[in-house]
Amino acid sequence: MIAIATAGVSRRYGRRWALTNVGFEVPEGALVMLTGRNGSGKSTLLRVLATALRADMGTVRILGHDAVQQREQVRKDIALLGHRTHLYEPLTALENLAVAARFLRVDSGRPALLARLEEVGLGDRADDLVQTFSAGMRQRLALARALQQDARVLMLDEPYGHLDPPGFLLVDGLLQRLRRQGATVLMATHLVARGRRLCDRGLVLEAGRLVFSGPVSEMPESDADAAGFAEGT
Amino acid sequence: MRDLFVALRKDLLLQWRGRAQVVAIFAFGAAALLLFSFAIGPDSLALRQHAAGFLWLGLLLASTLSLAESFEREMEEQALEGLLLLPASARALYYGKAIANWGQLALLGSALVPIMVVLYDAGTLRLLSLLGVIVLGTAGLSAPGTLYAAMTSQIRGRQTLLPLLLFPLVVPVLLAAVKATSLLILGDPMGQVRPWATLLAAFAVVHWSMGGLLFDRVVED
Repeated sequence: MIAIATAGVSRRYGRRWALTNVGFEVPEGALVMLTGRNGSGKSTLLRVLATALRADMGTVRILGHDAVQQREQVRKDIALLGHRTHLYEPLTALENLAVAARFLRVDSGRPALLARLEEVGLGDRADDLVQTFSAGMRQRLALARALQQDARVLMLDEPYGHLDPPGFLLVDGLLQRLRRQGATVLMATHLVARGRRLCDRGLVLEAGRLVFSGPVSEMPESDADAAGFAEGT
Repeated sequence: MRDLFVALRKDLLLQWRGRAQVVAIFAFGAAALLLFSFAIGPDSLALRQHAAGFLWLGLLLASTLSLAESFEREMEEQALEGLLLLPASARALYYGKAIANWGQLALLGSALVPIMVVLYDAGTLRLLSLLGVIVLGTAGLSAPGTLYAAMTSQIRGRQTLLPLLLFPLVVPVLLAAVKATSLLILGDPMGQVRPWATLLAAFAVVHWSMGGLLFDRVVED
């Protein structure tokens, strides 16, 4: 089954087109790396796919459901880890997860939520306010919140952002676990070498246009490759 | 309905965590009442006659701070968007926030009454009726206020835009609430409080219904 199918997707901010005629398909269960320079449209594309933004032109289908006409159904199937964490700063880590869990109608009891926090290495900071967290800790909590949804399709925008080397390994482990569970993951990242190692397929955006879509082994050498990006352990 | 309770619980918790801000907003309202009393001067009759108007003006000014603040926390890390993507019902999120804002404004209005009594010598024995008018009036402020606060929350200059949009819309609430409060303070020989309170209730019903219908369009892209 096709998990993500887009055709002719375009999106503009004012007069500037952030995405132009983007079309690709991702099979269910695939781990896909989305890369491209800053401002190439990666975040916009993920937000359009996650129904956080509406495309000005084109169609998006997630697991066969139209992202505009069947938005609610699509939202049940997807999870988005965005640039912004979707967290409430004045609440504790546990309370943030509890709010999401109650809306999702999943176990919002302390033991279940603590287990989620342990998973991302925040078990000992469960009752601390998010406003006291470092950027890396917020990213870990945002990951835990995204994983709470048990979504079939995950859009991860820079999941390694702000993380330390153990955090990199944590994300690697989570991605491998998601793959085993059969989830489809579309991950925007500049860590191309890491993406090549973990992902099956790659997408490359350049100034809002999709310039490559295919197996990672066939992906063209990128600037990031050439620069030999430091990618933690 | 379940989503509404979850949203309300979340908003009440956020308000509790931001209680220092609520105290600051109360201080702002009290300061406004104090300044209005200086503007009238030491004329006790004039002070009594204008007390209701100044109470509601103070509350209206303070409400814009309170309403804008309620969406500040939703927008700083796009938490509201996160809830919509879960997916949580936009209507439930609206009513949760509007009820929480209503509670906060009603509390603020009630807390300003003793200040008004002291500064304007404007007491009343019909305290329950006064409380009823405050509850109805703040319902009429919080429903459109929550909607407009959501609308302006992502716009630069929102602190200016919110009152610009909200004030013209809530003129009927202000008129009815001031009239009803004034009658309670100065005396109501003709029994006119009830029609004004009915007008407040009608306005609240219309705006609470419209807010629920329109919120989805306001917060979605």
